[in-house]
Amino acid sequence: MQRSFIDRLYFGVVGTLTSFGMLLLLAPTLVVLVISFTDGITLKFPPPSWSLRWYVELLQSQEIIAPALTSLKVAAAATILSAVLGGAAALGLARSRLKIARALDALFMSPMVLPAMAFGLSLLLVFNLLGIRLSAATLVLGHTIICVPFVIRMVGASVQQLNPVLITCSLSLGASHWYTFRRITLPLIRRGIVASCFVAFLTSFDNVPVSLFLADARTEVLPIKLWAILEGSLDVRVAAVSGVIVLLTLAGLVCAEIFGGVSRQIGSR
Amino acid sequence: MVPAGTNASRQLLPVIPLAVLFLAAFVLPLAALVLVSLFRDPQFSGLSLVQYLRFISDPFSLKVLSDTLWLGAEVALAALVLAYPLALVYVASGPFMRTLITFLIMLPLLTSTVVRTFAWIVILGRDGIINSAMLSLGLWQAPARLLYTWEGMVLALTQIQLPLMALPVINSLLRLDGNLTRAAEGLGASRARIFLTVILPLTLPGAIAGWLLVFAAAATAFITQTLVGGGRIILMPSYIYQQAVGVQDWPFSAALSLIFTLAVTGIVFAVGALSRRYLRGVDAA
Repeated sequence: MQRSFIDRLYFGVVGTLTSFGMLLLLAPTLVVLVISFTDGITLKFPPPSWSLRWYVELLQSQEIIAPALTSLKVAAAATILSAVLGGAAALGLARSRLKIARALDALFMSPMVLPAMAFGLSLLLVFNLLGIRLSAATLVLGHTIICVPFVIRMVGASVQQLNPVLITCSLSLGASHWYTFRRITLPLIRRGIVASCFVAFLTSFDNVPVSLFLADARTEVLPIKLWAILEGSLDVRVAAVSGVIVLLTLAGLVCAEIFGGVSRQIGSR
Repeated sequence: MVPAGTNASRQLLPVIPLAVLFLAAFVLPLAALVLVSLFRDPQFSGLSLVQYLRFISDPFSLKVLSDTLWLGAEVALAALVLAYPLALVYVASGPFMRTLITFLIMLPLLTSTVVRTFAWIVILGRDGIINSAMLSLGLWQAPARLLYTWEGMVLALTQIQLPLMALPVINSLLRLDGNLTRAAEGLGASRARIFLTVILPLTLPGAIAGWLLVFAAAATAFITQTLVGGGRIILMPSYIYQQAVGVQDWPFSAALSLIFTLAVTGIVFAVGALSRRYLRGVDAA
């Protein structure tokens, strides 16, 4: 009697907290989508009536579209740079037992541990000390460093799973290193590369701490612009932007899932 | 790719471009950060430790640091309380529920930080969901101030960082030997007792790993801190930003960043090392 009461209490507590946790995870995304279709001029929830007016307004807001395009370009450049340089490094590091390889691996992972604000500020300081003007290029440089750890981990994990015998076979059958890389290594680590590109793109597109210090009037990026808007007023256009971002991310996730099984890669990170 | 055994250092050739990039754009800037923090004033006249003394002797700065670390600890604890039930249900359920929970956990991870923070502005605002629900149910007479409060900020950050906690806790629960809980059950232990004496101790490494991830993420979450916490709650990230960009006091902001970095990474390493020392024998997460 006593025991079953305690058990019921336990299931009650676990069940309640789980439902609350699941609701908490889901609610914000739903709320953003719902409020973006409001007809009102405030963030009143539930919306008094429905319309697409904020999406229409968004299409006419050059001051939001321009930072969004900058963000997309910067994220694309940082993704390509970090995937190529980080992918090459991951291939080199994965099988090496040298001490220096361990040290380099730790170095490449450290942007993840370091508070990014400190890194953003340090880049601003060094560019100023060296007299380098801030531009889209300096922004891409900072974002690339932030994205590299994801590439190193995910591509590294794929390389670890690759059976080295396959490469030895290919080479001993007379294939060149380049041919072996193209036809054996690359297809086998494709999932890791796709997943890390996806995560790197989102990381750069969403980055605030580095952009905060490195973006100026000419290279304004979307998250900083949205932050500035929200600090000043509670503009409903931000809801429309958020709606677009959520839908594009979901579409991107579906694509990445088809080409690379991203959820499994992220889950096992 | 070089076949194993030929030349171990030739294998490292593809690493060189990234290593050069990191030297130029990571190691060099951090060295500059340290150097700048040692300047006496914003005009860079002479080296001294005056910026650090200024921090230690200033009660306001010390309070900002301790508030920030406390925020991280509180959010990580709240996320831990929510993550365990979620993980227990995940482990006990079938494929459909598992996929659903995985999707729910991934959803916030993939949504932009500004979007997630914006959602909390809608939820906590004066005309927001909580206020309109409470008013229409007649539970509250007037809208309560939820946005720009400490509690609102903790709630928002808990949701935003919950995935970082849930993933390691689920992973260590999945690795737990099911025979142990079945043995405890067979010996007549209640569910709550099994959780406290078997499951919790054995999955503690995963919980600590998650706690540290959430702690560091919440303490450094500039956007959520400034937008949900508001201008009156000053925490280290906004303090650094204000000193660097607003006041343009680079030596002091550099010292602030280094102190903050050392405090956060110091806690992460210390807790990690302590847990490895005292939890030896428990399966590492």
